[in-house]
Amino acid sequence: MCDHASSNDPYPGLDEYIDNLAYKKENLIGILHYAQELFGYLPDKLQWHIAQKLDIPSAKVYGVVSFYSFFTMKPRGKHVINVCMGTACFVRGAEKLQAELEKQLGIKTGQTTSDNLFSLDSLRCIGACGLAPVMMIDGKVYGRLHEPEEIRQILAEYRSEPKLATIGL
Amino acid sequence: MKLSNTDALNALKAQSRVLLENRRVSNPVTTKEAQGLPRNVLICGGPGCHSSGGPKIAEQLEEELNRRGLSEQVKVFRPGCFGFCEQGPMIEIHPDNTTYCEVSVEDVPTIVEEHFIQGNRVERLLFKDPNTQKRFASDLPFYEGQVRIALRNVGYLAPENILEYIAADGYQALAQILALDPASVIDVIKKSGLRGRGGGGFSTGLKWELTRKSEAKQRYIVCNADEGDPGAFMDRSILEGDPHSVLEGMLIAGSAIGASYGFIYVRAEYPAAIRRLQVAIVQAREHGLLGKDILGSDFCFDIELKYGAGAFVCGEETALIHSIEGARGEPSVKPPFPAQKGLWGKPTCVNNVETLANIPPIILKGADWFAGIGTEKSKGTKVFALAGKVRNVGLVEVPMGTTLRQIIFNMGGGIKNHKLFKAAQTGGPSGGCIPTQYLDTPIEYESLTAIGSMMGSGGLIILDENDCMVNIAKFFLEFSVDESCGRCTACRVGTKRLHEILTKITEGNGTLDDIDKLETLGEIIKDTSLCGLGQSAPNPILSTLKYFRAEYLAHVVDKTCPAGVCKSLLKYQITDKCQGCTLCAKHCPANCISGTAKKRHVIDQERCLKCGACMEQCRVAGAIIHH
Ligand SMILES: Cc1cc2nc3c(=O)[nH]c(=O)nc-3n(C[C@H](O)[C@H](O)[C@H](O)COP(=O)(O)O)c2cc1C
Ligand code: SF4
Ligand code: SF4
Ligand code: SF4
Ligand code: FES
Repeated sequence: MCDHASSNDPYPGLDEYIDNLAYKKENLIGILHYAQELFGYLPDKLQWHIAQKLDIPSAKVYGVVSFYSFFTMKPRGKHVINVCMGTACFVRGAEKLQAELEKQLGIKTGQTTSDNLFSLDSLRCIGACGLAPVMMIDGKVYGRLHEPEEIRQILAEYRSEPKLATIGL
Repeated sequence: MKLSNTDALNALKAQSRVLLENRRVSNPVTTKEAQGLPRNVLICGGPGCHSSGGPKIAEQLEEELNRRGLSEQVKVFRPGCFGFCEQGPMIEIHPDNTTYCEVSVEDVPTIVEEHFIQGNRVERLLFKDPNTQKRFASDLPFYEGQVRIALRNVGYLAPENILEYIAADGYQALAQILALDPASVIDVIKKSGLRGRGGGGFSTGLKWELTRKSEAKQRYIVCNADEGDPGAFMDRSILEGDPHSVLEGMLIAGSAIGASYGFIYVRAEYPAAIRRLQVAIVQAREHGLLGKDILGSDFCFDIELKYGAGAFVCGEETALIHSIEGARGEPSVKPPFPAQKGLWGKPTCVNNVETLANIPPIILKGADWFAGIGTEKSKGTKVFALAGKVRNVGLVEVPMGTTLRQIIFNMGGGIKNHKLFKAAQTGGPSGGCIPTQYLDTPIEYESLTAIGSMMGSGGLIILDENDCMVNIAKFFLEFSVDESCGRCTACRVGTKRLHEILTKITEGNGTLDDIDKLETLGEIIKDTSLCGLGQSAPNPILSTLKYFRAEYLAHVVDKTCPAGVCKSLLKYQITDKCQGCTLCAKHCPANCISGTAKKRHVIDQERCLKCGACMEQCRVAGAIIHH
């Protein structure tokens, strides 16, 4: 969604982004999107930093972060698996797919594997209802997932070659 | 490149016409005749086709065309969604008007050799009607009865090229209204009968008028691109496939209501739509179609994108406004309506994506033309995302008044796997289920509400005999519990209670009293909630109770799930078909299957966890059944 310079310490990049905004407080949600992209998640310390920068109470930042499900306060695995729980996928077996993934990964939805390789989550309708049930790994969509073996193979691909996240759409 | 006036726009249009010359021509030629002619290949860029290999096919095709020296003659484009997602990835070839379905990368060399070099259609890739076995190269039955107004350019124009939009009459409607008095523009929209496509169905012209009449120095127009219905992707297809029509709709709305600034509130979950909008906005600015003194008039207007962050309630207009302001997206009490006091306290008009996409054609073709389509109270067309157990999943745009039966059985091709139709769900978590006896109801705002459902934003999920209606209601309630913002007790606590009762019923612990509770509590929540989310959250329960009460009773009284979905109510049994291979017993996590080799096995019902592992393992058809 936004471009950012790569460097080890992401704080200066974030500050620069905020400094360049004409309206700051009004753009809190946009800033949080940017920060989550830079840091991967929004820990307390980062929320406090943003609050300072915008001169607003950190409770306000927390209130916004906790309200929107897109924001996460926990670090995520290298690959994020999202199972579509939209209606079309639900009636075509999304729950089974979710259960199978939980089984193969040994974690529950909302958790991250102990090796930090996968986080499992759910989202609602990604517009690929024709392929239901679908899951998305780092933005790449996999559809018509009924066979456990197929899922095993997909996961194996990510396990064997730790390639960078590809933006699917 | 700034277009200083309408003449400059028209000159650019004339100059750009050539871009579309070889696409969807009115008098297509045969594939043989097309040899040597300039060709356009359109590869569906909808989310379904994209995920199932569209980009790879495009890449391979360009490579192969290049290799065979055809890249000058044959141009490849990636427009938005064709709509017929079930048959994806789809490609269209012009000017010989050929559609290929379920194309794979492996088919590319054949297509190039056969179609482009030999001049023969590849029969096996043409759509085959499953009932008549007839093949179709064009005019597929799926599109019969559809009328494309909001989707007019989706799947036709390359969305990242403003010149194609301009060539297809883009921004002509804007040019026209800039010469008109705003009141007469509002009049046209009012007369057209256009009503909000976001679900509410409020008259768009009237909303514009109310906003215009609110005294203020600044007013805002907001495009609601939050598309919250889980299982619907109409707005997404428009944003990705024809972003300029949304911008033009906003410009016209802005001029009519006296706004110089607009926001598009788009879900962060739609990165491709965001990118398309960003590109479109930049291009529109470069051409002077956004910014100061647009097309030489004194109208100034600009658009900014705002991103949602995964909260369904933010689709509600007052919550959406708070979210744009950077706050938690909690709805507020209406009145005041946004038209009076909206964004930063200023009069604000919130319109849905599809509503806005309808505006330019209405201006160009006139209110009478639009009002001539549809029914007495519901004018024009509606886009539906048809999904679930229907054979042809996809996006359809039909005139209002079309019946559900036409959509499901003609365009949709009936129910998948020869199952029986059970119900159609419209309106998502706010809507209801429509049973067989209402299949011939014409689709209109009022008629759908009258049978306990609603038009909604366009999600249309088809359910078959294998779907449990109690479980479906539970699914939607779980959604509402998740998404309730928590402001009102009735909604926050009430939906949770409803969900608990439904869970109890699906687990076989429900009582008749619970069914009564669902009804009374549902009515209370409807009456006492502040916003549309709470007011409509009980609908999925109330409508299924109305039409499928027997199914609730089966769960509660007989402790069975007629559709065979609710696990706790299932009973696994081993029949005399069992050959005694012992496989099931080895895999049963509860160790509750007993029997000796080569003899019929038995399940101890008391200890069975209903996990289904035995059935998955058994290789003998019919040896394990569940009911
Ligand atoms: C809980 C809730 C969610 C809504 N979600 C959406 C949505 O995702 N998209 C939308 O256009 N309208 C949504 N609406 C309707 C909007 O409040 C508003 O009526 C609509 O955007 C107005 O535009 P229209 O008149 O063009 O339909 C929602 C309403 C409620 C109560
Ligand atoms: S009805 Fe529900 S979602 Fe709407 S304001 Fe009340 S608590 Fe929030
Ligand atoms: S359903 Fe599971 S617990 Fe029950 S008999 Fe089969 S394998 Fe055992
Ligand atoms: S797996 Fe099937 S055939 Fe084998 S013992 Fe079990 S029920 Fe009988
Ligand atoms: S419901 Fe899963 S992609 Fe639409």
